[in-house]
Amino acid sequence: MTDSVVSFPAHLRTPGTDTRGSTGRWPTYAVGFALAAGLTVASFALAQGHWLTPASLVAALVVLAIAQMIVHLIFFLHITTAPAQKTNILALLLTLLIISLIVIGSLWIMAQLHTHMVPMDQLMQMQR
Amino acid sequence: MSNVSIATAGERAPARYQPATKLGVTGFGFYVYLLSDAILFSALFATFAVLKTATDGGPTARDLFDLKNVGLETACLLTSSFVCGLAMQAAEARKPRELAVLLGVVFVLGASFLTLEIHEFGGMIAAGAGPDRSAFLSAFFALVGAHGLHITVGLIWIGSLLVHIMTMGFSEAYQRRLFCFSLFWHVLDVVWIAIFTFVYLLGVQP
Repeated sequence: MTDSVVSFPAHLRTPGTDTRGSTGRWPTYAVGFALAAGLTVASFALAQGHWLTPASLVAALVVLAIAQMIVHLIFFLHITTAPAQKTNILALLLTLLIISLIVIGSLWIMAQLHTHMVPMDQLMQMQR
Repeated sequence: MSNVSIATAGERAPARYQPATKLGVTGFGFYVYLLSDAILFSALFATFAVLKTATDGGPTARDLFDLKNVGLETACLLTSSFVCGLAMQAAEARKPRELAVLLGVVFVLGASFLTLEIHEFGGMIAAGAGPDRSAFLSAFFALVGAHGLHITVGLIWIGSLLVHIMTMGFSEAYQRRLFCFSLFWHVLDVVWIAIFTFVYLLGVQP
């Protein structure tokens, strides 16, 4: 009952099971932790400071959040573009497509409805 | 015969045609579940984004959110994700005592996060800003509460992993459960990144 995790070949591994020597991997987590912490501090500092215009602040925070998510995917979840991980990447891409359809679609539809709807006070007038 | 050729090919097939291991299959299945969980969260995010301004004259994000508290919560969760990675290493190196200590640290950090969150929710509800106050607050409690609920489930899971390692030690099944737990915990951290950016940091902007 030894090394059930280490014994199978690289191309069969799912994210997080990349085991090139069990002691050789903690620096990966340390690098990921440092990067994520830096990006978090940057987000909080930008949000509380007054260095950027509102529009560029939104853009900056979104970029920082996406960057930190990518850091997490690479350093903590070990998702890479290696051919061995094709299935993982395809599943992730499909999920991203569905998520963007849900989020962008909802916002779009609701904004459309909002612009086309008769304001509530006028609606009350019409019902009288 | 084609059957024969397949049979002989099986013996000498290149490694990539070999059946996947149980850990590989379980891990992938759990990974797909986590992706579907991400879709669930995206629906809650979309709801929140739509209802963000529907405060019904009640308190707004700017009145309610305390970024210092959010910063502390973020620090707890990020550190616990890192320690969870170290715990995976301890498990791979077959060091049960080290693993138990690291899982304990993950538990404490997760519990601290949850305490901070419950404290925040309690303060908001006491101040009359509960989920029944406005559509904005309903969406807020649904989204952040769903994440908190996931963290609670994660804490129960760590508890069972701790009991298991201390009483029965390592097994192949244990390795699979620990692996799935680490995926779960890291994904919750990724969801939290979206929450602190879109709900809190962008919410408090004028």
